Amino acid sequence: MAALGIATGGSNWFSALALGVTLLKCLLIPTYHSTDFEVHRNWLAITHSLPISQWYYEATSEWTLDYPPFFAWFEYALSHVAKYFDQEMLNVRNLNYSSSRTLLFQRFSVIFTDALFVYAVHECCKCIDGKKAGKELTEKPKFILSVLLLWNFGLLIVDHIHFQYNGFLSGLMLLSIARFFQKRHMEGAFLFAVLLHFKHIYLYVAPAYGVYLLRSYCFTANKPDGSIRWNSFSFVRLISLGLIVFLVSALSLGPFLALNQLPQVFSRLFPFKRGLCHAYWAPNFWALYSALDKVLSVIGLELKLLDPNKIPKASMTSGLVQQFQHTVLPSVTPLATFICTLIAMLPSVFCLWFKPQGPRGFLRCLILCALSSFMFGWHVHEKAILLAVLPMSLLSVGKAVDASIFLILTTTGHYSLFPLLFTAPELPIKIVLMLLFTTYSISSLKTLFRKEKPLFTWMETFYLLGLGPLEVFCEFVFPFTSWNLKYPFIPLLLTSVYCAVGITYAWLKLYVSVLTDPPVGKTKKQ
Amino acid sequence: MEKWYLMTAAVLLGLTVRWTVSLNSYSGAGKPPMFGDYEAQRHWQEITFNLPIKQWAKFINPDWIALHTSRGYESQAHKLFMRATVLIADLLIYIPAVVLYCCCLKEISTKKKIASALCILLYPGLILIDYGHFQYNSVSLGFALWGVLGVSYDWDLLGSLAFCLAINYKQMELYHSLPFFCFLLGKCFKKGLKGKGLVLLIKLACTVVASFVLCWLPFFTEREQTLQVLRRLFPVDRGLFEDKVANIWCSFSVFLKIRDILPHHIQIMISFCFTFLSLLPACIKLTLHPSPKGFRFTLVSCALSFFLFSFQVHEKSILLVSLPVCLVLSEIPFMSTWFLLVSTFSMLPLLLKDELLMPSVVTVMAFFIACATSFSIFEKTSEEELQLKCFSTSVRKYFTCFTFLPRIIQHLFLLSVITMILLTMMTVTLDPPQKLPDLFSVLVCFVSCLHFLFFLVYFNIIIMWDSKNGRSQKKIN
Repeated sequence: MAALGIATGGSNWFSALALGVTLLKCLLIPTYHSTDFEVHRNWLAITHSLPISQWYYEATSEWTLDYPPFFAWFEYALSHVAKYFDQEMLNVRNLNYSSSRTLLFQRFSVIFTDALFVYAVHECCKCIDGKKAGKELTEKPKFILSVLLLWNFGLLIVDHIHFQYNGFLSGLMLLSIARFFQKRHMEGAFLFAVLLHFKHIYLYVAPAYGVYLLRSYCFTANKPDGSIRWNSFSFVRLISLGLIVFLVSALSLGPFLALNQLPQVFSRLFPFKRGLCHAYWAPNFWALYSALDKVLSVIGLELKLLDPNKIPKASMTSGLVQQFQHTVLPSVTPLATFICTLIAMLPSVFCLWFKPQGPRGFLRCLILCALSSFMFGWHVHEKAILLAVLPMSLLSVGKAVDASIFLILTTTGHYSLFPLLFTAPELPIKIVLMLLFTTYSISSLKTLFRKEKPLFTWMETFYLLGLGPLEVFCEFVFPFTSWNLKYPFIPLLLTSVYCAVGITYAWLKLYVSVLTDPPVGKTKKQ
Repeated sequence: MEKWYLMTAAVLLGLTVRWTVSLNSYSGAGKPPMFGDYEAQRHWQEITFNLPIKQWAKFINPDWIALHTSRGYESQAHKLFMRATVLIADLLIYIPAVVLYCCCLKEISTKKKIASALCILLYPGLILIDYGHFQYNSVSLGFALWGVLGVSYDWDLLGSLAFCLAINYKQMELYHSLPFFCFLLGKCFKKGLKGKGLVLLIKLACTVVASFVLCWLPFFTEREQTLQVLRRLFPVDRGLFEDKVANIWCSFSVFLKIRDILPHHIQIMISFCFTFLSLLPACIKLTLHPSPKGFRFTLVSCALSFFLFSFQVHEKSILLVSLPVCLVLSEIPFMSTWFLLVSTFSMLPLLLKDELLMPSVVTVMAFFIACATSFSIFEKTSEEELQLKCFSTSVRKYFTCFTFLPRIIQHLFLLSVITMILLTMMTVTLDPPQKLPDLFSVLVCFVSCLHFLFFLVYFNIIIMWDSKNGRSQKKIN
C-alpha cells in the first residue's frame, strides 16, 4: 500500500500529467478525422502488400507515398500490428476503408507513439533550471513547461482529431534539442538525421543544426571575446558528424539508390506543382501578399484602372489546390519563395555563427529558421506552425520577453488551426480546449514572471482579445448572413490575414530580440 | 480567489470530458421500437411543446399516435441539439454550484479546493449517464446542491426554494428531503420555538408551499388530473424492483424470490419499514444537533438507505448518493473515492448496453488518477483520517486488540478493486452460460450491494460517533 502511495503521490505529477493527457486522447477517438486518416491507411496498405520497388510508384489512390523511407518503414512496422485488428485495411484497393477497428488501431497507434514525445518532454524538463522556482508545484518552470508541451492544443487537435503523427516526430526533434543542452552533440545530430528521413519538412531547420554543430562543436574553443578560434578546429568531430549523417542517409536511401529510383523518390518528396497557398491560407507572408493583391485588384476595378477581361478566372480563394497567378502584384514562383526563405533565415544563421550563445542560441536560431520558412515557404500548411511553437515553449519559461513572444505566436498559431476542424460536433471541443490552453498558458506565465514588467502591451492585449469576436463572427454570425453564398471564403480569408499579422509580429519581435542580444563575452553566463 | 485560472482550467477540463463522452452512443441508439432514455427525453420535449398542459399527463391515448409522427427520430443534427441542451443545462446549474461549493470550503488550501472541484467535475457516473446514456440529472442535482449550499451557509429560504425546485424537477430528489427537513427543523429548535425559531419555521413552510403551488398550479385544475400525475410519479403498481439494481431486494431475490411470494402491499410495507428504520438514527441525531457537517453525512446515509431499501429503485438513483459523497470528498478522500468508483461500477450493465465501455474505462481511470494525485489518498488511511478515531477508541474499551482497522480497510480496498476489474473483464469478454443469461449483471449488482451495505454502516458510524467527539472536545476545552 505504501508503494502504491509513493507511486501515486503528489511528487509524481509528471506521470499524472502524461497519463491524464493520454486518457483525454482516448476520449478523442470517436471525433472527426480528415483525409489524412485515409492517407495513412493507404500507406499501411502499400508498405504491407507491395514490395519495396513499388512503394514510390504505387498510385491507385490519390494519396501517394510522399514521406521519406524511414516513415515508410514505420508504416510497414505498424502494418504488422494492424493485421491483427482488421486485415481489410491493408488492401490497397480498399479506398476510404474505415471500419471501427481500423479507426481504433490508427488512433491507438498515434497515442502509443506519443510515448516518445512524453520521454522527450521529460528530458527537456531536465534542461530547465529551477532558479525562479517558487515553493508551489504549479509555479515551477518544469511543471509549466510540461503542461505547455504535453497538453499543447495544436498537437492535440492535429494529431488526435485531424489525424497525423506529429507527436513522435516532434518528440525526436525535442529530444535532439535536449541532447544539445546536455552536451551530447553526437546523439543530437544522429536523432536529427533520423528525423529528416522520417519527415523532410524538418529540412527547414537543418541550417540551424548545421551551423551550430560546425561552429560550436567542431570548433572546440572560443577566443575570450567570443569570436572564432580557427586553430581549435577538430577534424575528428567533423568527420564523425559526417559519418553519422552519411550512414543514416545510406540506411534510408540506400535501397532506392540500388533500385535506381532516387529521382522518383525525390519527385514524390518535393512536388512543386501545387499552388502557392494550401487549400486553407496558411497565415504567412504570402497570405498578406495575396490579400493585398486582392484588395488592390478590387480597388483597381472600381477606379477603372484595370481591364476586367484581363483578370484570370482562377481564384485562389476558391480553395482548390492548383496553380495560381496574382493580378496586380507580380506572381510568385517556387524559386522566388525559396530565395525569400533563404534571405529571411540568413541573419539568424549569421548570428549563430558570429555570436554563438550555446544551446540557447541554437534554439533561438532553430525557431527563427522554422518561422522564416513558415513565413515565406512554398505550399506551407498551417500545421507547420507547430514546428516553431513547440521549441519556443522551452524558451518561454526562461525569460519574460520570450514568454510574451511565445504567447502571441502560440495563441494566433493555434487559432489559425481552427479551420481544420470545421464539423459541428467538434466545435465545442476546439473552443473549450483552446480556452483551456490559452488561459492556462497566459496565466501561468504571467504568474511566473509577475515580478517583471507586464508581459503584454495594450496593443498586444487588444489584438489577442480580438480573436474572440473574430471567432464569433466567422463561426456563428457569418454562416447565417446572405454573404455566405456569394463569398464563402471570407471567414478563411479573415482568419488567415488576422493571424498572419500576429505571427509576423511575433517573428519580427523574436528577430529583433536575437539580433540585439549582447554577445556572450559581455554578459553573464546563462 | 487566487489561482482562479487553475479553477477555470478544472471547469474547462470537466466540460471537455463531458462533450467528448457525448460523442459516443446514447441510450437506445438505433434500437426501435422502444429506443431508450434519449427517445424518452425527445418525446417529452415533443409533448410539452405541442400539447396544452391539460393533456401532458395522458399521453398513451391511441388517438394521439397520429401526432407522434416524429417518434423514433434520430439524426446527427438532432443528436447535436440534444447533447448541447444537456451541456448548457449543466453549465448553468450544476457546474456553478460545484465551483461555489468548493470555493466556500473551510480550512483547506486553495490547491485542495481546486483539486476538489476537479475531482467532483470528473466524477464518471454523472458524466456517463447524462452525456452518454442521456439524461438531465445535472439539473436536479444542481438545484439540490444549491439547496445544500444555501442551507449550510444560513441562507435557509433560498436553499429551501432551490431544493423545492429540485424535487419538482425530478421526484427522486425526495431521497434527500428528510435530511433537509431534519436539519432545518433542528435549526428552528436551536433558535428556540418560542421566538426566532418559530418565525423561521413559518417562513420556511411558506416558501415550500409557495414553490410547490407555483410548479403544480397548472395541474391542479382537476382532481383526476392531479391523481394521474401522482400515479405517474410514484408508480407503486410496478412492484418492488425492475431489472437488475444493486439494492437489497434485488440481491436478496437471488436467494428468495420475494416479489413472487409476498403480496404487493406487504412488499411496500416491508420496504417502507426497512428504509425508515435504517435512516432514523441519523435523522434524529441531525434534528437534535444540526451542523453542516452532520447534514452532509446524513444526506449520504439517507440517500443510501433509500437506495438500498426503497421500492422501484433504478441503478441511476445511485447518483443521488454520489452527489453528497462528492461533497465530503475533501474530508474523507479515501473512502469517498472508493465509494464513487463502486457507484460507477454498479452501473456497468447499463453502460455496456449503451456501448459506453471505452468512455467508462477512460473516465474512471481519469477520476482515479485525479483523486489519487490531488489528495494522496493512499497515505490517508489512518484512523483519524478515516474519521473513525472515536469509534475505534470506544471499541478498544471492550476489545483492546482492535488496532488493525486501517490495514483491514486497505486490504478490503485492494480486494474490492481487483474484484471490480475482474468482473468488468469477464462481463466484456466472456459469454454467460446458457442457463444463467443474467449471471454477470446479477454478480455486479450483488457485489455492489455488499459494498453499499458496508458504506451504509461506515457512514452511520461516522455520524453517530461524531457528536461524542464534539461533546468531549468541548468539555476538554
